[in-house]
Amino acid sequence: MEDIFDTVLVRAAGISAGHPLAGVLSGRSNIIELTEKSHAAALKPEPSGGLTHSQRAALACRMARLNQEVELAYHYESMVETVDVSIADPRFDGADNPRLKTIIRHTDLVTRSPKDAGEDDIRALESAGIPVEDIVRLSELIAFVNYQVRVAAGLRLMAAVS
Amino acid sequence: MSEPIKEFTTAIPFWSPRVTPVELDQASEEQLDAMKVTPSDTGVSEYVLVLAHDPKTLKERTPLFNGIMYSRGGLSRPETELGAVAASVVNRCIYCAAVHASRYNELTDDESVMEAVFSRGADAELDPRQSAILNFATKLSKCPSEADKADMNLLKENGLEMDEILDLVLSTSLFGWANRLMHVLGDPLPREA
Repeated sequence: MEDIFDTVLVRAAGISAGHPLAGVLSGRSNIIELTEKSHAAALKPEPSGGLTHSQRAALACRMARLNQEVELAYHYESMVETVDVSIADPRFDGADNPRLKTIIRHTDLVTRSPKDAGEDDIRALESAGIPVEDIVRLSELIAFVNYQVRVAAGLRLMAAVS
Repeated sequence: MSEPIKEFTTAIPFWSPRVTPVELDQASEEQLDAMKVTPSDTGVSEYVLVLAHDPKTLKERTPLFNGIMYSRGGLSRPETELGAVAASVVNRCIYCAAVHASRYNELTDDESVMEAVFSRGADAELDPRQSAILNFATKLSKCPSEADKADMNLLKENGLEMDEILDLVLSTSLFGWANRLMHVLGDPLPREA
């Protein structure tokens, strides 16, 4: 069994084993452990598919920044290789790389305003040459990070009133 | 072909994928394991067959989903569903909203709460505890989250214990995940009469 206080989520939320919320969190240790396993599955799958681990981390860092989630952005930034640093910058749009541009556009749209994502947005990924496996992997990465940033934000607010 | 449903409803739609699902009879061992099916199963949903394109994430997500929505203790089942619906309304995931609003209605035998949430969103007039839950879950679902200490204090003032608040954070956040799959990878269509 994992030490739940040594997981990406709980460390980012700033909750240690001696914290007043430690007991409450331990009551849902199975969820914290599955969140950590999901982090590994979305960020560091082997084989990595159409996006490298560093590119996934860069997109995750970008999404954390779009959510103004400083601690998780810092965590993801540490997993990004120099060549991919620009992807993590929300002002960078993919420049002259059409495939990357489409991936970044989709990531930003589904992070900020999933209600506005439609059929055309999936067709745009296909037109950029992204196979169905990678469309689903990208979707899970986006969805997971947007879950994780909200749990971290919620835990921090819980800690603030504990 | 029918047009996708645009308005919230408690009648559960048919989910039509925008990408080609995995063919069950061609699924790999890893995909079958992630879907928790044997090759003779025929009742696998299109949604699960789409997600099977990424078996590593699916394998972890299914127990995570069930753990958050159906664990004993903590927040009541209907209030867990209210968090899920609030997120689905912000993200306009018609399918998730329908499934979880209808669960709420079955659990409570009261359709007025979901009618109010569907027609007025975060401004729905509910009892104070339900309002505090709806308010917090709606704000947490924005990007970036708009929930603050005052919203959290409102939950406490309305009698939510910390273990209940944790479950609300988890169910709301989980639908930040589920909505981004359901609403993005498929269309909600009317079921044939």
